[in-house]
Amino acid sequence: MHFTNHSTKGYNMDVQKVMESLQSEMNQLKDERKNKLSMVVFSGDLDKLLAAFIIATGAAAMGLEVVMFFTFWATASLRDKKKKSKAKDLLSKMFGFMLPKGAGKVKLSQMHMGGMGTGMMKHLMKKKNVASLEELRDMAIEMETKIYICDMSMNLMGFKQEGRQ
Amino acid sequence: MSTEIKADINMDLKGIACPMPVIKVSQQIKKMQVGQILAAETTDPGAHADFPAWAKSTGNEIVATEKKDAVTVFFIKKLK
Repeated sequence: MHFTNHSTKGYNMDVQKVMESLQSEMNQLKDERKNKLSMVVFSGDLDKLLAAFIIATGAAAMGLEVVMFFTFWATASLRDKKKKSKAKDLLSKMFGFMLPKGAGKVKLSQMHMGGMGTGMMKHLMKKKNVASLEELRDMAIEMETKIYICDMSMNLMGFKQEGRQ
Repeated sequence: MSTEIKADINMDLKGIACPMPVIKVSQQIKKMQVGQILAAETTDPGAHADFPAWAKSTGNEIVATEKKDAVTVFFIKKLK
């Protein structure tokens, strides 16, 4: 911006231009802020993950931009069930072995009862046509939800990124 | 009440539970053109609250709702 023109008219025009550009910039910032949802997903429990994905898909349907950040126990729910943990040190290997292999293997936070409770809940959900965790996850991805995974957690538990799903 | 509205696309969402009806409708609406009408049949009781709220925040219009027993049909007009 330059104020070389010192006549009052030119000065006023410059001020007007500046105001207009500021206004449009402010509107842009407002728009960018309005339609966004960010979530930190920490838990690896089936019920809590379901809640997170229901909120995410619902918000995406409402036109919001959705960001999900997966950390700690939640990272295991995104594992590929077909791949083996390739951790080098023994402790990470143990975690890799003991943690659920993907969305199909996560447990309820309560009433898991050695798999019976979770199995019954899944059966009920299917019977009542409630979307499963895998379906909700795929739907969220289809709706362009951005999923970020904590690298530090992956490292701790011996998970590795191998291409994109 | 039962003014005949002709829908451009019909969607069967009967038996599907929350939150899927709204998500499916929002995806379908994205593929449609402005001014077209979508008829969504649903049995989910949550839809009565979900659809108006969704329409309001996405800037679409529910032109009519029709209730037959447990099934409610929402006529949604794409506005933008």
